[in-house]
Amino acid sequence: MSTGRKYLLRNVAPYGGDRTTVLLADGVIAAIGTDVTDDDATVVDGSGLVLLPGLVDLHTHLREPGREDAETIRTGTRAAAMGGFTAVHAMANTTPTQDTAGVVEQVWRLGREAGWVDVHPIGAVTVGLEGERLAELGAMAESKAQVRVFSDDGKCVHDPVLMRRALEYVKAFDGVVAQHAQEPRLTENAQMHEGVVSAELGLAGWPAVAEEAIIARDVLLAEHVGSRLHVCHLSTAGSVEIIRWAKSRGIDVTAEVTPHHLILTDELARGYDPTFKVNPPLRTQRDVEAVRAGLADGTIDIVATDHAPHTREDKDCEWAAAAFGMTGLETALSVVQETMVDTGRLTWADVARVLSETPARIGRVADHGRPIAVGEPANLVLVDPAVRRVVNPEEQATKSGNSPFRGRELSGCVIATFLRGRATVLDGASCDEDVVRA
Amino acid sequence: MKHLLSTGSLSHADAVRILDTAGQMAATQAREIKKLPTLRGRTVVNLFFEDSTRTRISFETAAKRLSADVINFSAKGSSVSKGESLKDTALTLQAMGADAVVIRHHASGAPHTLAHSGWTNGAVINAGDGTHQHPTQALLDAYTLRRHLTGPGDPSGRDLAGLRVAIVGDVLHSRVARSNVQLLHTLGAEVTLVAPPTLLPVGVESWPAEVSYHLDEVVDTKPDAIMMLRVQRERMSSAGGGFFPSPLEYTRGYGLDARRLAAMPDHAIVLHPGPMNRGLEISADAADSPRAVIVEQVANGVAVRMAVLYLLLAGNETTTNETKVDA
Repeated sequence: MSTGRKYLLRNVAPYGGDRTTVLLADGVIAAIGTDVTDDDATVVDGSGLVLLPGLVDLHTHLREPGREDAETIRTGTRAAAMGGFTAVHAMANTTPTQDTAGVVEQVWRLGREAGWVDVHPIGAVTVGLEGERLAELGAMAESKAQVRVFSDDGKCVHDPVLMRRALEYVKAFDGVVAQHAQEPRLTENAQMHEGVVSAELGLAGWPAVAEEAIIARDVLLAEHVGSRLHVCHLSTAGSVEIIRWAKSRGIDVTAEVTPHHLILTDELARGYDPTFKVNPPLRTQRDVEAVRAGLADGTIDIVATDHAPHTREDKDCEWAAAAFGMTGLETALSVVQETMVDTGRLTWADVARVLSETPARIGRVADHGRPIAVGEPANLVLVDPAVRRVVNPEEQATKSGNSPFRGRELSGCVIATFLRGRATVLDGASCDEDVVRA
Repeated sequence: MKHLLSTGSLSHADAVRILDTAGQMAATQAREIKKLPTLRGRTVVNLFFEDSTRTRISFETAAKRLSADVINFSAKGSSVSKGESLKDTALTLQAMGADAVVIRHHASGAPHTLAHSGWTNGAVINAGDGTHQHPTQALLDAYTLRRHLTGPGDPSGRDLAGLRVAIVGDVLHSRVARSNVQLLHTLGAEVTLVAPPTLLPVGVESWPAEVSYHLDEVVDTKPDAIMMLRVQRERMSSAGGGFFPSPLEYTRGYGLDARRLAAMPDHAIVLHPGPMNRGLEISADAADSPRAVIVEQVANGVAVRMAVLYLLLAGNETTTNETKVDA
């Protein structure tokens, strides 16, 4: 696994702090110091750049197997590398569903073959995401994919007994259930956030209470059975309050917010452009402010992309007929910088925590989200926070064009990504695929 | 005005101009020869993804009275699936040279999508989209209100300032209610929505209208007009066991019967967009009373739709020419 190539990251700022030089060799961080040098190493000028541990996404839809027309493991993981990620968790709602050891191993293997990032498959909680009986969680945990995160994402494990069983069962292998909190009866045919805008547009509402009621139930279940719980893509002010309360009680819960819920609101539905149709839906400005505050004070543990690529035909139609979801891998870091760092609410060390260290810990990924220190795996990302760039989905690595940030200027740009000391992205461009796969 | 998608985008001047033009159109319809040559050689497509014989016939009649060629395209029941149908159908119609597309669609926003997608160059007229808007219905309602309630003589140039209108029934699912609230507000009328709380949308408090749960109290305030909305019987069997306990209870609370009609002021009129559920939201007594203008609404619908087609197709040309002259 070792690579002959060495990289000397000259004059970089780890966590945005003091400038130093970092040498990557043999897949690890070999040396750190202002006087470090190596004549054989490829030099990367890091002046003005911030060095962070490689980002870890706990919530990615890679669509393979089944919807290779929207994304493949190769295109999706290349997009991840371009976004500064070195590990992603691939959601289970593929076709066939990732609900057996065979399917999760296939996804894991395809991820290894692609080589852009480490792919950690998420296992379905229930067979076929049907919410009726547990999938073979143990078999997936013991497979080569070593699944630790289980989720029916896209659907809610709404049966309280089944949810209780899942929470209990995964304790045996230190797993976690990542819940897509959506009370199904309250959200039948729901199209967008229920409120002033939905009332005017005549689109069926997705009320905040449908999310909050499930989160409230689940934190109480987790407390009762002593399990850990992860809440996917929390989107409402009320959900932040419930998580804050649960943590104050000592309940072992973690929560994620997506980049789009940090910056976009339901007002965007007014043009009936299905690019902005997503589940959970874009909420109000008040909710945006609440999730930012929750992320800043640690109530919300992580940012996860919910990268959800869709083909053009699934979005080029009337709102009600369109699929839910938006891409996010290649814009996540920029959105976090713009909403949280540029506004002074998070430091770069905090960004490392919410986009790398904590997601790795929740997913029990041992060699990612590690400190930038000598001897640690060289999974790193170099960011230029000074750049402003206009998002053009056609130039992105993801196969799909459904970015909600099309034409929008965002802060910051990934300059380089390293996976175990090998560059997957250099000079802001992805490296040659054959080199990455070597 | 390139399209007519929502009453919310109509200015006061636009709305009055449409009503005035409708008045002129109505006058021509009293003649022996009703057909005008105005839109000769223009093609109007009625694109209906949802059944609505009444609205389609009204638009068809309006277009034909203006000498336009009319193509009726009913996509309901065809094999086309989700978005493809709208886009591909629109591209087909564009290729055939449609000057205006009158669209009825079950998805809220579909006319907006059609108008802004680049799929068609024609004018798009929303003939009802999901639970969003039905602007020509609101315009014909306003036209009818203006004819009856703004005093004697030619009502041209007038708006509905000071009129008090109650809209009663299933506001939640009603595109007629949404269109009327915005248009009546623009024209200066005061609107009160009356419904059981289950049939009002969350967010209704932001609308320019009062809200009441009690029809009798609203009738006691002596409104100038009462507009009854159709209550679809399938609302009884939807999620949560239905939006109200029984048709009987609904009728008791929100139906317009002889007693409530008698409590209305003498000049007050009764509107209904049709088709009516006699015995549910409106009793036969009320529906057939001389104060019900429900049949007249249908006739006014043709005049209003003629006006809209004229202003979008012929009127735009005039505007463009005038603009050029001015420039």
